[in-house]
Amino acid sequence: MDALLRLFSLIPGWDQNVPAWASISLAGLLAAGLCLGFISLGPVGYVYVERKLAGFMQDRLGPMRVGPWGLLQTIADTIKLLFKEAIFPAAVNRPLFVVAPCLVVIGAFMGFAVLPFSPTWQGTDLDVGAFYVIAIGSLSTVGLIMAGWASNNKYALFGAMRSAAQIVSYEIPAVMSLIVVVMIAGSLSLQQIVAAQAGGLHNWFLWKFFPLNVIAFLVFFTATLAECNRTPFDIPEAESELVAGFHTEYSGFFFAMFFLAEYTEMFVASAMVSVLFLGGFAAPLPVLQTVAGFDIGPVWLIAKAWALVFVHMWLRWTLPRLRVDQLMHVAWKVLLPIALFLIVVIGGLLTAPATAGGFPWDPWFGWPLTALLCGYLMLTALRAWRWHARQVREAVA
Amino acid sequence: MSATRPITSADTVGWRIDDIGPDEMILSMGPQHPSTHGVLRIELITDGELVRDARPHIGYLHRCFEKHCENVDYPGVIPYTDRLDYVASMGNSLGYCLAVEKLLAIEPSPYVQTIRVIMAELQRIASHCVAIGTYGMDLGAFTPFLHLLRDREKILDVFEWTCGARLLYNYNWVGGVSHDVPEGFVKACREIVSEFDQITYPELVNLLIGNKIFISRTAGVGVVSRELAISYDLTGPNLRGSGVKYDLRKDEPYSGYENYTFEVPVGEGQYGPKGSCFDRNWVRVVEMKESARIVSQALDRLEKLDKTDVREKVPKRVKPAKGEVFARSEAARGNLGYYVVADGTAVNPYRVKVKSPCFTAMSAFHHVARGVMIADIIALIGSFDVVLGEIDR
Repeated sequence: MDALLRLFSLIPGWDQNVPAWASISLAGLLAAGLCLGFISLGPVGYVYVERKLAGFMQDRLGPMRVGPWGLLQTIADTIKLLFKEAIFPAAVNRPLFVVAPCLVVIGAFMGFAVLPFSPTWQGTDLDVGAFYVIAIGSLSTVGLIMAGWASNNKYALFGAMRSAAQIVSYEIPAVMSLIVVVMIAGSLSLQQIVAAQAGGLHNWFLWKFFPLNVIAFLVFFTATLAECNRTPFDIPEAESELVAGFHTEYSGFFFAMFFLAEYTEMFVASAMVSVLFLGGFAAPLPVLQTVAGFDIGPVWLIAKAWALVFVHMWLRWTLPRLRVDQLMHVAWKVLLPIALFLIVVIGGLLTAPATAGGFPWDPWFGWPLTALLCGYLMLTALRAWRWHARQVREAVA
Repeated sequence: MSATRPITSADTVGWRIDDIGPDEMILSMGPQHPSTHGVLRIELITDGELVRDARPHIGYLHRCFEKHCENVDYPGVIPYTDRLDYVASMGNSLGYCLAVEKLLAIEPSPYVQTIRVIMAELQRIASHCVAIGTYGMDLGAFTPFLHLLRDREKILDVFEWTCGARLLYNYNWVGGVSHDVPEGFVKACREIVSEFDQITYPELVNLLIGNKIFISRTAGVGVVSRELAISYDLTGPNLRGSGVKYDLRKDEPYSGYENYTFEVPVGEGQYGPKGSCFDRNWVRVVEMKESARIVSQALDRLEKLDKTDVREKVPKRVKPAKGEVFARSEAARGNLGYYVVADGTAVNPYRVKVKSPCFTAMSAFHHVARGVMIADIIALIGSFDVVLGEIDR
């Protein structure tokens, strides 16, 4: 926005003729429009990656026809969805039916407002940033219930009720494990949470109070998975049970909006996980924070978020779906007690002077374990690749 | 129905408004639903996520199969039988051919019988691939489905190579088969069997069957007791899942099944009560392995046998003497029985009646569908592995 304002003042006579409030409003609107455009374009990428990944995991190629390697497939799909007729079944409650997808999209997009991409590159640094993200995340629940109710369809209603129950339940372990991080950082502001993790991988909250925070990380990640309605917690839109859940009756652009919201939410949730536990925009090595004098914090944050998005996709194409009661069991009887236990233990440790800054062995686990994990993943990928190459060779021969 | 009993809503086709209590809702699942495996419709009385009662409605795929049969000659029925259980066509036509051969007192040569066994067992593997794959998809796991379809594809390729068709083969003929196996058939089948043993089976067990979520979704759900299974005449994997060791290939061998060594897997109840969805599915998984065993034995046998003309005993004109016959075989989904009546004057059957394994499975459905959750209904339908083409005929 500041950059835009500076751009405006380059125009001759702008500062003299245009009042300050007008140019600020204009710059704000333009900046918001730009951000919105970029955020909305994101899902085009995620969908392509997801479809390609699904293809590879399922021993097929994924989209290949539209553009090179099918790169234009999602763009074509988006255009198709935009131009398709949005069908309103006769019995829907029209105002709610239209408002619902908008609310869901708003809920997903507003999370971006506080995501810190770098010390300066952030919509606004709210003092209650972490709280804000959780609060805004529940806004989409309202949209989902509206959609289910307005559709006047039993499957949609079931999907809406399920999603309400699920999101409300999983928010509790999410918030509880968030409290752990907030206690350690001593602030709800996302900037300060990231600042507390600066200085390298071993300082990330993931490795604080080893192994307690690893558990907190897993709890939080599982909870965000559920809040994004992703497998194995995708019961609100369980295809095989509820046809399409809350968006059964939606088509065309309105359907696209639900889709957009889902993928945006996935990114926001993953970015939140990386801000809270993986150091956000802080590089794993302080040396890597700047390249040629430029702060590449945003690249780190996006890379970390994408890694987690990849895990989301990986799980989706591997796991079956839980049943409603099992889902509730996981939230209330597994995750919540763990999170409460962590709050008590870490709270206690923080008040003791000897362990206020973490366990003495904390710096020693981060690097070796990360290296081990990365090594294992790379080895597995290499093995898979070589197996695949051998299959191709044999098929050719 | 006795005349004195008043007609209640239970006698009518669907639920009525006075059947449902407060807080209850009728949910009509199907016929257009992603996981009712075809055009099955189930009316559920639901209280939230709980299902109080379920009533299946069939008949959306009725095509007058049995009436059609009365108007075509005996071999002409075979293509229609293919369309019964369209996922496992080879087994259907085999059962019908056995019935007509019994009527005509023809015994095909061992060579033909061995080919039939290979085809039937490959078809069983292919059919169970779909059954297990779609079952995984019902529970939300998409990837195993595509992996299994990839492996089914190889079997279908062999079928196409042999008889030109991939789904509806018209391969088993009365007294023989339509085409001899092509050159290189044995090698291709051996490759399929070894790939199944080395890749498909371990992959399937790792990815789906051993998955904790899969187990918790299926074990203990929809328990069909031994008694219920027998009283409803469940057959095939559904019966064996309840722990009853009954397989026509062992107990009433036909087509030379007595020459092969194989096990009949039964549900073991590893993760809960015996007869649950998991057991029915587990039986299918192990059955695929046993089928692969039979195929490799049959291939050995085929190589040793003298090649005979596969159409040698196919009669020019099928006109059996007056009589009736019932023959049954172990198709992929259970005992498929054909009751064929010949009036001795016509070249078309007087009556053909099919005893369908899926129909009996579906009739036991409402017993286990009470008091479960909506998601379990899906798990139940999938575990019975019904094919509507065979239920409705």
